[in-house]
Amino acid sequence: MFELSPTEWTAIQLSLRVAVVATLIATPLGIAIAWLLARRDFWGKSVVDAVIHLPLVLPPVVTGYLLLLTFGRRGLVGAWLADHLGIVFAFRWTGAALACGIMSFPLLVRPIRLSIEAIDRRLEQAAGTLGAAPWQVFATVTLPLALPGVLAGMVLGFAKAIGEFGATITFVSNIPGETQTISSAIYSLIQTPDGDTAALRLVLVSILIAMGALVASEWFARRATKRLHGN
Amino acid sequence: MLRVDISKQLGEFSIEAAFASEGRVTGLFGASGAGKTSLINMIAGLLQPDRGSIAIDTEMLDDTNARVHVPAHRRRIGYVFQDARLFPHLDVRQNLDYGRRMNRLAEDPAQQARVTDLLDIGRLLDRRPGQLSGGERQRVALGRALLAQPRLLLLDEPLGSLDEERKEEILPYLVRLRDEANIPMVYVSHDADEMRQLATQVVMLKRGRVTAFGGAEVLPD
Repeated sequence: MFELSPTEWTAIQLSLRVAVVATLIATPLGIAIAWLLARRDFWGKSVVDAVIHLPLVLPPVVTGYLLLLTFGRRGLVGAWLADHLGIVFAFRWTGAALACGIMSFPLLVRPIRLSIEAIDRRLEQAAGTLGAAPWQVFATVTLPLALPGVLAGMVLGFAKAIGEFGATITFVSNIPGETQTISSAIYSLIQTPDGDTAALRLVLVSILIAMGALVASEWFARRATKRLHGN
Repeated sequence: MLRVDISKQLGEFSIEAAFASEGRVTGLFGASGAGKTSLINMIAGLLQPDRGSIAIDTEMLDDTNARVHVPAHRRRIGYVFQDARLFPHLDVRQNLDYGRRMNRLAEDPAQQARVTDLLDIGRLLDRRPGQLSGGERQRVALGRALLAQPRLLLLDEPLGSLDEERKEEILPYLVRLRDEANIPMVYVSHDADEMRQLATQVVMLKRGRVTAFGGAEVLPD
């Protein structure tokens, strides 16, 4: 009953790889965007904000289809990337990572933005009077103080990425060994006559992963808060 | 030599101030709301004047005619805020070392020892700001500003948030600083007694205008 088949193992490994890669690539970008939204006023700011949040409110199948149109083999960006850089997203695990990254991006950005907004800007001013250039202020004051938010965003983003289904299956389909994540494997299994037990096993695994992520985020957050207040 | 000749509109309130001071401690004296903090924020480079100039010796820090505005981090002007503003994620030692690191100055244990002795903060080095009393925090903030090796030190009511007893605790350190540290200071306060004990020159500020300039004799009784 609890023995995982090779296909199931592959799906789990793939899900982890997709979610980890998506989170690690999205994090620096998310920090940059969060900082811009929290600290800068610029023309079109509300548009940027809306575009980032779009995947949260659009039907995932729409996001997936838009990705297919843009990043597919014959898509505008996809064709260029394939011809010039040899990067292919369509029906590859990299495409799954892209879809998961985009779908989880709003969840990643939000806690980071909130934690940057909560930082006392007078501390940043003080750093400036001590000779810190703006990038140094960011690296030595803003980012360390926003760390709990960054970790919370990463965990939320990771959890979303590992569970993403609609956009991923639309964009890169459901190919075992290449794009079949835990979610799409469960979907396939419950369509199969004898798939129930296997589906249940994967359900348990995804619960375990989600719980693990939550516990880890709590632990990180507590450590970070302790570090910040030093008591 | 600090020369200031600026004007700045802040909502309904305007500041127009001109003075030149060569004193070791220039006191900026006035009631709250007189524009003292805005004025030293302009000296620090945190606020930009609408018109005019600010210079230390021959170096222009602000000159609206020549479109000069040196950003705060390049001014080498130390600033001790009323609320200390220590970095909560760093311990006292790291707070003290912050300016040296940012300015890429060589380590100078002798100078560090001098400052920690002067301010009596040696036994606090491993603590976090959250574990310090108000007076201790203010002394660490002073040390942090000094160790960045500024050419001018701004102090914005550094005793303002302390009770009488704590003020008496810090004041001697400030006098020692004036007499031993060899850095010109601008000291902001609304307390005439403090001014008398510290300032060598006084700029009186009232509703954004300089109303008197001179020695301690211009202070009200």
